[in-house]
Amino acid sequence: MSNRILTMSRAGREALDWEMERRDEIFCLGEDVYNFGGIFGTMDGFGAKYGPERVINTPISETGFIGMAAGAAMAGMHPVIDLAYIDFIGVCYNVLLNTASKTHYMSGGNVKVPMTLLIGTGGGYNNAAQHSQCLHATVAHIPGAKVVYPSNAYDAKGMLHSALRDENFVIFLTHKGTAGVGWMGTPIKTTMNEVPVDDYTVPFGKVAIPRDGSDVSLVSLGMGVHESLKAAEELAKDGISAQVVDLRSLVPLDREGLLSAVSKTGRLVVVDEDYLSYGVSGEVIASIVEMDATVLKKSPRRVCMPDIPIPYSRVMEEAILPTAGRIADAARSLM
Amino acid sequence: MSLTPDMRRGFYRTMVKSRHFDDSMIALYWVGKTPIFAFGKGPLPGELHCSNGAEPVGAGVCAALSADDMITADHRPHHVAVARGVDFPRMCAELLGKEPGLSHGKGGHMHIYDPKVNFASSGIIAEGMAPAAGMALARRLQKKPGIAVAFIGEGAANQGAFHETLNIVGVMKLPFIVVVQDNEWGVSTSKAESTAIARNSDRASAYGMAGEYVESNDADDIYHAAARAVARARAGEGGTILELKTARLVGHFMGDQQGYIPPEKAQVDPLPLYRAKLIAEGVLTEDSAAAIEAEAKAEVDAAMQFAKDAPYPAPQDAYNHVFA
Repeated sequence: MSNRILTMSRAGREALDWEMERRDEIFCLGEDVYNFGGIFGTMDGFGAKYGPERVINTPISETGFIGMAAGAAMAGMHPVIDLAYIDFIGVCYNVLLNTASKTHYMSGGNVKVPMTLLIGTGGGYNNAAQHSQCLHATVAHIPGAKVVYPSNAYDAKGMLHSALRDENFVIFLTHKGTAGVGWMGTPIKTTMNEVPVDDYTVPFGKVAIPRDGSDVSLVSLGMGVHESLKAAEELAKDGISAQVVDLRSLVPLDREGLLSAVSKTGRLVVVDEDYLSYGVSGEVIASIVEMDATVLKKSPRRVCMPDIPIPYSRVMEEAILPTAGRIADAARSLM
Repeated sequence: MSLTPDMRRGFYRTMVKSRHFDDSMIALYWVGKTPIFAFGKGPLPGELHCSNGAEPVGAGVCAALSADDMITADHRPHHVAVARGVDFPRMCAELLGKEPGLSHGKGGHMHIYDPKVNFASSGIIAEGMAPAAGMALARRLQKKPGIAVAFIGEGAANQGAFHETLNIVGVMKLPFIVVVQDNEWGVSTSKAESTAIARNSDRASAYGMAGEYVESNDADDIYHAAARAVARARAGEGGTILELKTARLVGHFMGDQQGYIPPEKAQVDPLPLYRAKLIAEGVLTEDSAAAIEAEAKAEVDAAMQFAKDAPYPAPQDAYNHVFA
């Protein structure tokens, strides 16, 4: 069978379905997974297909059911949890911070916690301060949790296969705007690509370069990749050749791949929809500078969410999102 | 305090106002969002959780409170905000993301704050529980009158914050009421599927407080039960879990078609029932009911017009108010 063009949501669903069909230890749990198939459709139709024993609709009790997932993982299962919005991690953060991510280490490698936590992130659709955050740096800061953030359908399927075959706690993030779910409007074209029917894995800890260029590197993740691709188109009109680097995986982070990419251009713009301070943008720049500051021809620039809660009103949210125009401006300033 | 005909006419007016507000917002919500439904499009972007069906809760409970009392509401706050007397034109403006909005367009519909009437809300489930208990504690420490009321949905009663807060309230005998709005559905999950017992009010004994369940979605019954809970709180007798059987007529959020609700579980609109009851009891006539409806709708329409005409904030206003 030929490859198909899929949305990220449908591609991820294929990986989860494939693994569930073959491995009894994988089961789903979360709010609204049975009837709704999860808020982003990753478990769409699974209730009917796998039944209530393997697709468990939970009460609104994240501390409870995510803690239970950690326990089930320690007891030999591989739970796949849907947490809908990353803004809600506050109510289950202790499990992430102190159990799921630390048990393997604290047990001297004797206890594994293989579980996959699916979380939607990001704004841009005016859902205000408690439903629009990215917060990937908040979870990537915890040692012992792998954190991945695919930006397109091919990677979503391959990385979800990887997550489900991983023996660790994997936080699998998807920007809501890239998922291709109906209520977020028309899917972004660059998020949809050819997806093989068969299973395949995309390894964690390898950057991707969806567009190569020689003048400036636009390093990003999630929605930022697509804004960077748009910015690169704009820059091309000015004769500036922009390279777009998709981090894909925050933990592990491909520092060598980053350095190699940025070395090619010597100019770096980091794009991140997460808050500016203490986040991925700082980590990327620090990594490059630590490894070899001489590759940089200019001081790097950051295009991130400012350190303010996300405002509701469209005029204000649009003013702070790292959009293509702002990315292009930052790139031009380095020329 | 016993109910007077004036109070009951007031309940009806509050409920009609709240309903017309939600219906007006729903109509506006769909502008620009079709044919492909997209949350972020149109004059009213983001998620919208309407209160249609829950109006008696706001009207009945808020009528039992005084100006000193403090309220936290949840992601579905409109009916409580209307009943509490939150600055209404500014609330309309807030939903439209306008500068004169209660939060200057920063909050939106899940985050309605009006300190003048001691009203706050949060979009995180059960998040209002502990802050409300803290408000009750503050009133005690300040030696001021006033109790605190947290409005949540029945799905939120399965959050840790619910249980932890109630235990502390029980230990400290704080003047606190949690109003559990039992509309039977937490998004697509039924109460029977999510809650181990039929009535959250039965959990009260575990926390050393009173529990009461009101079976009818009727403002009079809700008022009486709320007044009893308020009296206990004011008398220093501690907290109450007040669970009210209410309705969620238009889905969890706009766009939720509620295909998961079986026909036999279809919910009943409380407004026509209350109207008919007041007419049957001679509290209203057809004419006086129609006059109340016209007056409430005119108030909503005027506020909506104010909101539509109001300016948007300046984009740079996003940077204001990060710190006090």
